[in-house]
Amino acid sequence: MNKRSLEASRKRMTVYTYIALILGALIMVFPFVWMILTSLKTVPESMKVPPTIFPQEMIVTNFGDAMKSLPFLKLYLNTGLMIFFRVICAVAFSSMAGYAFAMLEFRGKKLLFGVVLVQMSLPSQIFIIPQYQMVAKMGLANSIFALVFPGIVSAFGVFFLRQTYMGIPKEIGEAAYLDGCTQWQTFYKVMFPLTGTSVAALTIFTAVFAYSDLMWPLVVNSDLNMMTLSSGLATLRGQFTTNFPVLMAGSLLAMLPMVILYLIFQRQFIEGIASTGGK
Amino acid sequence: MAALNLKGITKIYPHSAGQKKAKRKKGEPEKKTNLQVTDQGVIAVQKFDLNIADKEFIVLVGPSGCGKSTTLRMVAGLEEISGGELYIDGQLVNDVEPKNRDIAMVFQSYALYPHMSVYENMAFPLKLRKMDKAEIDRRVKEAAEILDITQYLDRKPKALSGGQRQRVAIGRAIVREPKVLLMDEPLSNLDAKLRNQMRAEIIKLRQKINTTFIYVTHDQTEAMTLGDRIVIMKDGFIQQIGTPQEVFDHPANIFVAGFIGMPQMNFFDAQLEVSGGKYAVSVGGCRVELSADKQANLTAHKVPAQSITLGVRPSHMVLSKESGNTLTASVEVAEMMGSEVHFHANANGRDVVVIVPTMDAKGEHIDTFHTGDKLNLTFSGSVCHVFGKDGKNLEF
Ligand SMILES: Nc1ncnc2c1ncn2[C@@H]1O[C@H](COP(=O)(O)OP(=O)(O)OP(=O)(O)O)[C@@H](O)[C@H]1O
Ligand SMILES: [Mg+2]
Repeated sequence: MNKRSLEASRKRMTVYTYIALILGALIMVFPFVWMILTSLKTVPESMKVPPTIFPQEMIVTNFGDAMKSLPFLKLYLNTGLMIFFRVICAVAFSSMAGYAFAMLEFRGKKLLFGVVLVQMSLPSQIFIIPQYQMVAKMGLANSIFALVFPGIVSAFGVFFLRQTYMGIPKEIGEAAYLDGCTQWQTFYKVMFPLTGTSVAALTIFTAVFAYSDLMWPLVVNSDLNMMTLSSGLATLRGQFTTNFPVLMAGSLLAMLPMVILYLIFQRQFIEGIASTGGK
Repeated sequence: MAALNLKGITKIYPHSAGQKKAKRKKGEPEKKTNLQVTDQGVIAVQKFDLNIADKEFIVLVGPSGCGKSTTLRMVAGLEEISGGELYIDGQLVNDVEPKNRDIAMVFQSYALYPHMSVYENMAFPLKLRKMDKAEIDRRVKEAAEILDITQYLDRKPKALSGGQRQRVAIGRAIVREPKVLLMDEPLSNLDAKLRNQMRAEIIKLRQKINTTFIYVTHDQTEAMTLGDRIVIMKDGFIQQIGTPQEVFDHPANIFVAGFIGMPQMNFFDAQLEVSGGKYAVSVGGCRVELSADKQANLTAHKVPAQSITLGVRPSHMVLSKESGNTLTASVEVAEMMGSEVHFHANANGRDVVVIVPTMDAKGEHIDTFHTGDKLNLTFSGSVCHVFGKDGKNLEF
């Protein structure tokens, strides 16, 4: 008797859980669906009050218009390069700095690590003006380097990898040292390979952040040919103040590579996010 | 050829800024060891003097925190030597990098490289030395053969048991054919049965590879069974150096006497008496004249009569039928061990342990005792250890 009622209540819980999850999923998915539907509407229909859900007259010309108004190939390329270099830099420098903070003893270590922590806890927006001035003074505005610039070192990455290196027993490093490794060999032959999961997580994190970064690319690169997908799309709003269907079509095009990548790397992606404890 | 000379080796761990404050505030609540603390820092090892012969097996033994690992790590080159000189084969190596000291070390936690297979783990130190592939292969296979891990060469350390991992760790150390092989409690992560087995393996290993060993343990059984000579340490100081038999038969002080031997040596408050040039000990109505060699040692040092701590090992206490000139003890617990019984008793205000065989030589069962029973104990003059008030053996 008791057992049966327990089972029943468990079943009821499962049902509730599912209802909650389905509701959540609907709320999350709705903007995407709306985006797809809007991208297929005509301009007048997209502005109708009350709004229609399904397009009364379906058109696909919005996609063509979006491609005409933006140099999409360039944007893909710029975004790709920015992500690539930011990931490389974040992984390389965060690994080295994280290793040093976790494994080495040196003067001023506490102070320097404090600086990293402070930087991590400040919003990145407050650095935009000085960073812009630095890039501009170097005469490197409107370049791929400018896009990569704020991502060359990542305070979060340093902190995150330091934690990872702290978790590796000191004896492994000592064994490597006794086996004849130099400090550098200990790092790249023995220690770095042990941080695979964290490096993967940092890669995903950096890539997603870079992809969705809007403010910096908009500030630093004003030439449309040097823009990223996100900043390029933002200009659409200026040119066609009200052309939502084209904007939505452009956004869909911009999302495409990320969605494909996500589908391929779904498992690593979820593990990565879970292991950083972020979002 | 690898003889080591340690001359007055000292290690001072400097206070870190935070530590000093924390200690003062807390008023040092936990104090497991009595290491000397100076303004410069904690002195973990003091004036460590030891000459190690080529191919000797030295065991460092002592309670937790006495500085065994620190000493070993200084020999390895993982810790800086604060004072004194370390020579390997006559060459001063205080400031020589570990890789140029030609030493190898086995860690308690194995410290295998998790991302490399067993083979790669063992080949790693050789690859770093740019040895040619064929020679690496030969050495790794040979070491694997010796350690009986040939069938695991392709596995990652994660897929091995504790004992197998330990073998790999030893393998990684011996492929280099180092002058000195250092081991820091290599068996303490293993369960009792495996530990016994691996202990035997290490003895066998020693016969196969010819090198100098320094082995750290806090287990006195390991120390006694493995070592050519044992170094007993406490609070950063060497207490005694000697062969297992020497330290067992002639402990230099109360600490060594109590540390070596299971169950622990019994201690009594007693009197050392001299009459007619003969030394005798008297404890609780029992007077025993010391054996000739002890007489000679005490006479040579002109030891006067005094109150002493008398030490007698549990297996050297004998049950006596008569009650004259004996030490009476009342049984508190009797532990049946099979071939012998351990009686925990109280004699002259001290806890004593007495080991009594359950059968005599003719196979007759010996009467057993129960809680509250009185025992009459005696011991001979050759098994007495006499310690002065400062804990030192008066014979030394
Ligand atoms: N880095 C350090 N800084 C300060 N004190 C240290 C440091 N390392 C060790 N000590 C101290 O030095 C003493 C000796 O340590 P050591 O590791 O040599 O002990 P041990 O004999 O190996 O003990 P165990 O059997 O527990 O391994 C300890 O009391 C320890 O607190
Ligand atoms: Mg230790």
